[in-house]
Amino acid sequence: MMLAADAAQLSSGWFLENAWLIALIPAIGFGLIIAFGKKMPMKGSEIGLLSMAASTVLASGAAVQWIQRTDSADKGGEEAVGLIQAFGRSVPTVSEGGEVEPFIEPVVSTWVWWQNSGLEFGIGSSVDGLAILLLWLVAFISLLVQVFSLDYVRGDRRYTHFFAALTLFSAGMLVMVMAENMVQLILGWEIMGLCSFMLIGHWWEEYPNARAALKAFFTVRVGDVGLLVGTAIIFFGANQWAVDNLDSNGFNIAAIQAWALSGEGSHILLLMGAIALFIACIGKSGQFPLHTWLPDAMAGPTPVSSLLHSSTMVVAGVFLVARIYPVFWQGFNIDNGGLSFIAVIGGITIVIAALLAFVQDDIKKVLAYSTVSQLGYMMLGLGTGAWLPAVFHIFTHAFFKCCLFLCAGSISHSASHHSFDMKKDMGGLRKKMPFTFAAWIVSTLALAGIFPFAGFWSKDEIIDNVGNNGYDFLLIVGFGGAALTAMYMTRATYLTFFGEPRGAAAGLHDHDDFDDTHAEEHEMELLTVGAPEGPTAEEAAADAPRSLSAATNTDHHDDHHDDHHDDHHDDHHAEPHESGPLLLIPILVLAFLATISGFANATPLGEEWESIKKYVEPRPVEVPIEDYLAQGAGESLQLVMPTATGDALTADDGAKVCGFETPAAGTVCFFPAVTHAVPKLSKILAATATVVIAFAVAIAFNVAYYGRRNKHLVGLTERSRTLRGGYLFLKNKYYLDALYENVIVRWVAHPIAKAAYWMNQKIIDATVDGVGKSTRRTGQWVYDNIDQKVVDGAVNGSGFVASETGHGLQPVQSGKVSQYGALLFGAAAVGAIVLVIVNVS
Amino acid sequence: MLAVNFLLLGAVLFCIGVYGVIARRNAVLVLMSIELILNAVNLNLIAFALIKGTVDGQVFALYVVAIAAAEVGVGLAMVLMIYRNRRSIALDELSEMKG
Repeated sequence: MMLAADAAQLSSGWFLENAWLIALIPAIGFGLIIAFGKKMPMKGSEIGLLSMAASTVLASGAAVQWIQRTDSADKGGEEAVGLIQAFGRSVPTVSEGGEVEPFIEPVVSTWVWWQNSGLEFGIGSSVDGLAILLLWLVAFISLLVQVFSLDYVRGDRRYTHFFAALTLFSAGMLVMVMAENMVQLILGWEIMGLCSFMLIGHWWEEYPNARAALKAFFTVRVGDVGLLVGTAIIFFGANQWAVDNLDSNGFNIAAIQAWALSGEGSHILLLMGAIALFIACIGKSGQFPLHTWLPDAMAGPTPVSSLLHSSTMVVAGVFLVARIYPVFWQGFNIDNGGLSFIAVIGGITIVIAALLAFVQDDIKKVLAYSTVSQLGYMMLGLGTGAWLPAVFHIFTHAFFKCCLFLCAGSISHSASHHSFDMKKDMGGLRKKMPFTFAAWIVSTLALAGIFPFAGFWSKDEIIDNVGNNGYDFLLIVGFGGAALTAMYMTRATYLTFFGEPRGAAAGLHDHDDFDDTHAEEHEMELLTVGAPEGPTAEEAAADAPRSLSAATNTDHHDDHHDDHHDDHHDDHHAEPHESGPLLLIPILVLAFLATISGFANATPLGEEWESIKKYVEPRPVEVPIEDYLAQGAGESLQLVMPTATGDALTADDGAKVCGFETPAAGTVCFFPAVTHAVPKLSKILAATATVVIAFAVAIAFNVAYYGRRNKHLVGLTERSRTLRGGYLFLKNKYYLDALYENVIVRWVAHPIAKAAYWMNQKIIDATVDGVGKSTRRTGQWVYDNIDQKVVDGAVNGSGFVASETGHGLQPVQSGKVSQYGALLFGAAAVGAIVLVIVNVS
Repeated sequence: MLAVNFLLLGAVLFCIGVYGVIARRNAVLVLMSIELILNAVNLNLIAFALIKGTVDGQVFALYVVAIAAAEVGVGLAMVLMIYRNRRSIALDELSEMKG
């Protein structure tokens, strides 16, 4: 037996062991804001800011300590390399440098709040690289967005509640990210869903907002059924194995990972569990076909869109897949290069969402569809085995997409008078808002994937890995999506920052009051653009009816969703101007991160740049069960080395590989050995060229279409039936909303409602009525017969008897003492005689 | 036998007491007759204690003496009150307890 387990110390630390504080502080902050917020000098926002700042500090400390922990493990491993090499065999987990990468145990600290017959439910923190990454990301972005909100929603009628909900959301997301078991994960997941609902409907007085909130909530709920079902399936599959082998249970995430890779779970069970869980991810992460809620969710305030609906909450589904990746890995046969459900959905989502972004007039909706599309990339990566690039894309995407949303918020706050309509109220803002413009351009380049901005390193890495893992068609989808991304972002950029100022951006105040009829008014106006002054006035008048908002004559039924009534404070908005520092600082910080965050895992630059890979990706090595069980959180930890029995391991076939073969007896795997594409210059050039060409084409088209109003292009959708059909198809969002609302809801929900109503009226009400009536009859009968005759009769009868007896005995009470004495002694004598007779005989 | 004599004496005393209670009109005499009855019972208790050879009966007799004292106290107080109200203690004139 050649067991190469080398005992070494894995460093831990206060921040890692107390990571639960990161989530607890915002949770307490939420309570404080609700209780005391309105009395505070800053209406409770300072509590939210402080709690998020504290969480960010704690998360940063935990990140540093996690890096130290990983480094300490890798140093300890170097000694063991010699041992393994001495036996003359290759170890699969030896990286190119010849260094053995040991498995890094997560730091777990939990508090058991319920246990019954061996089944324990804990709540606490289980911190590994993935959790650290998300913890820091969520805490940091929450902090920036709260700073942005200080000014953005100032004077709002529910200012305090806004910060309370934002803080509660952060707490929920942090709870989910650090979840050690599925129950805690579901808890955090549902808190996020609730906060999403509350924040989308923050201005619920306006019907479209309330409707969007409900739509988001119900659509995600549809998916959440899958989360519960999937958790139950996995629990029943994994529980016995987890109890037998790991002294754990079927809710524990580490146990689920190990079970899925143990080869002892039935494949059909894994497949069913994976499908059910992925349905939850489809709902939460806005994947096709449940993506329809995410664009409508833009009805919420812009900070909400930037925090929940672009950078953090919507990646919860991606996080769930990444977290219990072994279940999907085995369930969908990703190890065999199978075309997985996840990859198909991700691929579809990339393309359909990117196409929809072309026909949106609302800047936030363009960004929303862009988010959906980018989430599709993450899912595509996970579905094809590119775990690391997908997780890395969560990281980079959060920065540049959050930045883009905050830019949109900055524009609406300072330039377009609370409108988000690019065609009506924007244009030519690049000189008036130079900082916002710069941040927007940086983030757009990052989103499109231009060197050296963040998206270049993450998105191209996904595409590269998809191709590397043998998915040729999906590779083309990835390239196509990248090209589409560049194009729609060019369109949005052009409409917002270039060309002539229109509407509010030109200083026009045509809609000062924001009331509910606002949307309908504008829908009827065929032309709201083309400011009458300026050199383009004639031109605008010439083709007035089909100017930039020529699309308004299409009959899309939910157009009123597109209108956003933003904050209602009525300070002066005379001229578009640059936003104040409270808005700009978060934007610039995020733009800076969008520039440099890609270097956190710059694979093409070489291995020393791959810090995310080193610190976040779990190592796919076999862990001896005894070592795993012996390791308590933060205790002296055994350094776990790859092990195998001697004859199973020869120089030719190498050791067993996690995720491809079942682990050796007595060991478990927690993560499959995902492949990593070796970056090639040709591929990078191909990707960059695609994007650059897309940019060039899009710029040319936009200048010709929106700038010069080229006669051949303008009105093309009116002239060509095919193009018009396609345009309408997109404008109506593939008729998915119509399908859901008019078909599914009408043909499924309405009959159910009718049947339920019928049940209610005819069966339940009838039963209740019947029971009531018969009870009344019984009561009447009881009153007439039992109460009146038996009970009252008995009472009256006994009274009557007593009265008569009393009258009968009245003469005895003569009042003569001597007579009483005679009676007494007579009775005593009679009694004595009876006693004597009884005793004698 | 000696004990039988005691019992006979007790029976005689009892009968005299009963006669006194029923026949006498003077309330004080009735109370005294009751004392006779109680003492007849005391005699019986002591006689049976003698027969059985235990002291239980004698202890009971002591209790009866104590209770008899209390009873006479209460009785005499009542008689005194009756006398103050009516200037008479003749029982046949009292019929307030007639039902």
